[in-house]
Amino acid sequence: MCIAVPAEILEIRDGNVALVDYGELQQEVRIDLVDVKVGEFVLVHVGFAIQRLSREEGLETRELFKEVYKAMEEADHA
Amino acid sequence: MTLGTDIAQKLSEVVDTDIRIMHVCGTHEAAIAKYGVRSVIPPQMKIVMGPGCPVCITPQGEIDAACELAERGCIVCTYGDLLRVPGSKTSLEHVKGDVRIVQGITKAVEIARQNPDKEVVFISVGFETTVPTVAATLITNPPENFSILVSHRLVPPAMKWLMEQGEADLHGFILPGHVCAVMGYHEYEQFKVPQVVAGFEPEDILLALLMLAEQIKNGEAKVENAYPRVVTYEGNVKAQNLMKEVFTPSDVEWRGFPVIPESGLALKPEFEAYDAQKKFDLVYEKITKKDGCICDRVLRGLADPSDCKLFGKACTPRVPVGPCMVSHEGACRIWYQYQQKR
Repeated sequence: MCIAVPAEILEIRDGNVALVDYGELQQEVRIDLVDVKVGEFVLVHVGFAIQRLSREEGLETRELFKEVYKAMEEADHA
Repeated sequence: MTLGTDIAQKLSEVVDTDIRIMHVCGTHEAAIAKYGVRSVIPPQMKIVMGPGCPVCITPQGEIDAACELAERGCIVCTYGDLLRVPGSKTSLEHVKGDVRIVQGITKAVEIARQNPDKEVVFISVGFETTVPTVAATLITNPPENFSILVSHRLVPPAMKWLMEQGEADLHGFILPGHVCAVMGYHEYEQFKVPQVVAGFEPEDILLALLMLAEQIKNGEAKVENAYPRVVTYEGNVKAQNLMKEVFTPSDVEWRGFPVIPESGLALKPEFEAYDAQKKFDLVYEKITKKDGCICDRVLRGLADPSDCKLFGKACTPRVPVGPCMVSHEGACRIWYQYQQKR
C-alpha cells in the first residue's frame, strides 16, 4: 500500500495534473501535493506525486520496483 | 550486491547480543523477503513484522460495512488489495453488488461524476503516505453522490501502543520510508528507542540495520535517517497541511489490536458530507474471530507466518483465511510467495 514509484515529469497540464514517465509507461498523475517543474523526478503513490526526488534516486529506485512488480504479477498468475 | 555484502560483514562485527528489530511497513517486508535479507544478517538479529500493512489492520467490522454499502446499491470503489479480505460474512470480491477496483481516489470521483444517479463510495484505507491524496481530493469539491469510508490509520500511535505493552520485546524500529517521505521523522523523537528511517533497496535496509545495531551497542536511542534521498526531517509540509485541513485524529480499533487512542482519522465537520459512515448510518460491529488464524499475533510481532497451523494449507493467497495472506504487503502472503519459490 505504501509502494511509491519514481517517475519523471514530462509535461504539466491544467488542473494540477502532470504527464509522467515511469520508464516504459506514461500516465497522468496529480501534482496537488508537490511544487514541481518539467524534468524533475517525483515519487508517485496511488496516482499522486507525494514527494520530489533527485534524478539519480528516481532512476535507481525505478529498477527495483519493476522487479518487485514483476514478481508480484508472476505470483498472481501462478 | 557488493555494498550490501560489506554492510552485512560490518553488521556481523557489531552484533554481539540477541536483538529484535521491528519494521512497520509491508513494503519493507516485501523487500526483505525478496532479497533474502534475513539470510545475510547475524543469527542473533531478528527482524519482526509489525502492523505495517493497512489492508491487514482494517478490522472485519469495516470490511462488513463496505460490503453492506455494495449490497445497498452503492458503487463501491476499492484498491485491489482489499478485494479478497474476508469480512465476517463475505468479502468485496464475493458480495452481490457493484464493486470496482481503482488505483486511487481520483478514479472513484470520476466514476461518481459519470454516475450522478448512483451513490459512489471509496473505501479509503492507508497510512500517512496515502492520506494527503484523499485530503487533496476532498478540498476540490467532489460531487454530492461521492463519499468515503474512512479507514485510515497512523503509524506513531500504534508504535506507542506496542512499546507500552512491551510484549514483543523490541530493541529498535526500522521506520517506514514512504510514510516518513510525507511526515518527516520528527514525530518519532518522542520514542526513546533506536529508530532508523529506511528505503527499499536491500542496501538501504542493511544500512538501517547496521545503524540500529550501532545505536544499541552504544546504548543510544535516537532517530536516524538512512533514506536521505527521499526523506527529510520535516517531510512534505504541503501534504501535512492538507491532511490537517481535512482530518482530525480519532480513537480507532486495529485488527489484532484494541482501540488505540488517536491512531485513526475522522473528517472535520466541514467535510462530513463526504463521510459514508454518517451518510449511510453504518455501525461497525466488533467481530471476535475464532478460526485459528494468528494474523493478530503476526501483526504485533509475536509470531511468524509459518508459526500458524493454517499457513500454506487451509490459508493460501487464493483462499485466504486472514488478511495477512491477502494483501501484497501482508506478511503471510509475502512469506508464501517467496517460500514457494525457494
